[in-house]
Amino acid sequence: MIEFRTVTKQFPDGTVAVDALDLVIPARQTTVLVGSSGSGKTTILRMINRMVDKTSGDIEIDGEDIYSLNPVKLRRSIGYVMQNSGLLPHRKVVDNVATVPMLNGVKKADAREAALTLLDTVGLDRQLAERYPSQLSGGQQQRVGVARGLAADPNILLMDEPFGAVDPIVRAELQQELVRIQRELGKTIVFVTHDIDEAFLLGDQVVLLEKGGRIAQAGTPADILSKPASDFVATFIGADRGRRALRVEVVNGRSVVVDEDGRPTGVLQS
Amino acid sequence: MNLFLDGIAWIFDPAHLNGPGGIWVRIGEQLSYTFGAVALAAIIAIPLGLWIGHTGRGRDVAVLTSGGLRALPSLGLLIIFALAIGIGFKAPLLAFVILAIPSLLSGAYAGVEAVDRRTVDAARAQGMTEWQVLTKVELPLGLPLLIGGIRSGVLQVVATATLAYFASGGALGVFINDGLKTRDYAELIGASIIVTVLALLLEGIFALLQRLFVPRGVTAGRISDVRSRPLRPRAVVGSPIQEGK
Amino acid sequence: MNWVVNNLGLIWSLTLDHIALAVPPIILGFLISIPIGWVANRYHASRGVLLTISGLLYTVPSLPLFIALPAILGTGILDPVNVVVGLTIYAVALMVRSVADALAAVDSGVRQAATAMGYSGWQGFWQVEFPLAGPVLLAGLRVVSVSTVSLVSIGSVIGVSSLGYLFLNGLQRNIVAEVISGIVATLVIAIVFDLILVAVGRILLPWAKADPSARQTRRRTAERALTGTVTS
Repeated sequence: MIEFRTVTKQFPDGTVAVDALDLVIPARQTTVLVGSSGSGKTTILRMINRMVDKTSGDIEIDGEDIYSLNPVKLRRSIGYVMQNSGLLPHRKVVDNVATVPMLNGVKKADAREAALTLLDTVGLDRQLAERYPSQLSGGQQQRVGVARGLAADPNILLMDEPFGAVDPIVRAELQQELVRIQRELGKTIVFVTHDIDEAFLLGDQVVLLEKGGRIAQAGTPADILSKPASDFVATFIGADRGRRALRVEVVNGRSVVVDEDGRPTGVLQS
Repeated sequence: MNLFLDGIAWIFDPAHLNGPGGIWVRIGEQLSYTFGAVALAAIIAIPLGLWIGHTGRGRDVAVLTSGGLRALPSLGLLIIFALAIGIGFKAPLLAFVILAIPSLLSGAYAGVEAVDRRTVDAARAQGMTEWQVLTKVELPLGLPLLIGGIRSGVLQVVATATLAYFASGGALGVFINDGLKTRDYAELIGASIIVTVLALLLEGIFALLQRLFVPRGVTAGRISDVRSRPLRPRAVVGSPIQEGK
Repeated sequence: MNWVVNNLGLIWSLTLDHIALAVPPIILGFLISIPIGWVANRYHASRGVLLTISGLLYTVPSLPLFIALPAILGTGILDPVNVVVGLTIYAVALMVRSVADALAAVDSGVRQAATAMGYSGWQGFWQVEFPLAGPVLLAGLRVVSVSTVSLVSIGSVIGVSSLGYLFLNGLQRNIVAEVISGIVATLVIAIVFDLILVAVGRILLPWAKADPSARQTRRRTAERALTGTVTS
C-alpha cells in the first residue's frame, strides 16, 4: 500500500504541481492516475520512487516513510516503465531486462536466464533477446520495457503512459497483455495516462486529477461512471456529451445494448 | 612574469611600433592575409557549400575533401607553394585560401542541412521555387552556422599568417623569426602577444556578429516538462576550431 | 624521388618523433576534458564560462603559445614538453565542448530510465551516460587527432624535432621532394590514427551501428565541431 498524506510539490519556478494530496493506493491492485497535461499525474507517480522530491507531506510504502530509505535502493525495488520505453540503446534486449537484477548483485548468467523467462511472460520471442533496442518495433520495445520493470520482481510497478507512443492496434494488444500479466502476478501497479478509456479498462481504482494534482474523483470505474462527482468529471469522461450513455433496445425479443449514436455494441445476457 | 612585461614593453617602444617594418605595418599585413584569403575562399566555398547543402549531392566528397584538407600541415603547404611559385605574398595567400576552404565549405552545407527538413518541406509545399527555398528559408536559418564557418576560417588564417615569413611574405611572424634568431625573448613574447590579442579580438567580433545573425524566434525558449527536458539545449554561440595555426 | 629513397631512415625517425609528440596530447586531452565537460554539461551556469574559456584557449595561436610556455612552465625553449603541453591545451579546448555536447545529446528519457531503475549517480554516468556519449565523443576525438597531428610540425619552428623539420630543411635546401614527403608522412599518420580510432569505436560501441539516431547525432556533432559554431 502506498500512502500520500498532504503531499505538496512545488517546482523551483514556482508552479505548484501537486497541492496537499491525500491518496491511498491499495496493494496488489491497479490504480490509474488520469488527467490532462499539467494535472500533476506524472509528478505524483515520480514522487513514489523519488525521481521527484516532495516539497512537504508524507509518502509511505507499507507504513514506511520512503524518505527513510536510500533513493537508489528504493528505485531498485520498484519497477518503472515509461513512454518510449527508455531502454538503454547500447545494451541488447536481454541485458536491458537483466539490468536491475544485476544492479542488485545477481550474477550475470542468472540475470540473463531470468530475463529470457520474462520475455516469455511479456509475450516476446526469445530470438529478439540478442538484438539492440533500435532493431525492435515500438510495440516490442514497450514489451521489453514492461519485462525490465518486472525483472527485479518488485511489489510495485510504476507505469508512466507506457502505451502512449504506440499505434492504437498495438496499444490495445499491450493493454490486454497487461491485464493478463496483472491477473497472473498481482502487483501494485500505479499507471499514469491521459486516456480515460485506458483508465477504465485497466484500473481497479481510477483517480481523476484536476490541475494542480487535486483529486476530482477517485473510485472504481463503475463508481465514476454511475456518479460523476462534478461537472469536470462528467466532461472528462464524456458523460455530458452523452458518451457512455448506453441504452437497451429490444430487437427480435432480445435486449440489445446501443451506444450514444444508436450503434449496437452487444446483447444483454439474462 | 617579467618576460611578459618585457614583451609588452617591447611592443610599446615607438621604435618598434612605427616605420616601414614596424608593428603597425606587420599587423596590416597579417590582416590583409586574413581577409584576403577568407574572401577568396568564400567565393569558392560558400556557393559550393550551399549547393551541396540544398541538393544533398556531393556531400560525401565534400566531407572527405574538407577532412583531408584539415589534416594538411599548414607549414608544409605554405613552403610547398613558396618553392613552387616563388617567395613573396602570393604563396602564403594561396596556402591560406586552401586552409580556409574546409571551414567555410562545411559551415555553408552544415548550415543548410541543419534546417529542419519539415520546415523546408513546408516552404516547398507553399509553392516556393527551389531558389526561394534556398534564399528565403535555408540561408537565413542556416546563417549562424555559415557565419560560424567564416569565423573559424578567419581565426585559422589570422593565426597561421604568422608563418608567412617563411615565404618572405612579411606579417607578424617576421618578429618571431627575428626573435628566435637573435634570442631576443622580449621581441618573441611581444610579437606572440600581438598575434594572440589579434586573434582574440577577431573572435570577439565574430562571436558578436554570430549572435546578431541568429534569426529571431530560433532562440526562443522551449517548453519544459517534468518528464523530459528539451533534448537540444538552446543554441549557444560557440567557438571556432582551427587547425593550422 | 631520389631524395626520398636516400633519406628513408630520416623520414622514418622523424615520423616516430612526430607520433611520440602527437599521442600524449590526444590521450591526455581526452582524459582531462571528461571531468571538465561533465561539469560544463551538469551545471548550467558553468557551461558558458567553461566553454568560453576553452574557446579562447583554442584561439591562442600555436606558435606564440609554444614560445610563451617556457616562460610559464620554466622549461627550456627547446624542450619537447612545451609542444606536448601546448597541444594538450588545444586538445582539451576542443574536447571539452565535445564532451559537453556528447553528454547533452544523451536522450533524457534514457537517463531518467537509468535513474528510475536505481543507478546511482556514479554508476549511471559510467554505465549509461558515458557509453551512450561514446559515438559523439569519438567524433570529437577524431577531430582532435587530426588537428594535433597537423599542429605538431609547428614545433619544428622552435626546434622540437618532428616531420616539420622536413619542411624547414626542404625550404632552405630548395628540395621539393623533402617538403612533399613531410606532408605525405603527416597525412599518413593522420589517416592511420583516424582508422585506429574508428576501429576502436567499432569494437567498443557495437550498438552504435544499429542505432540510426546515434549516427545522426554523431554526424551533426562532428560537423558542429568542425565548423565550430552552434552547439546543442
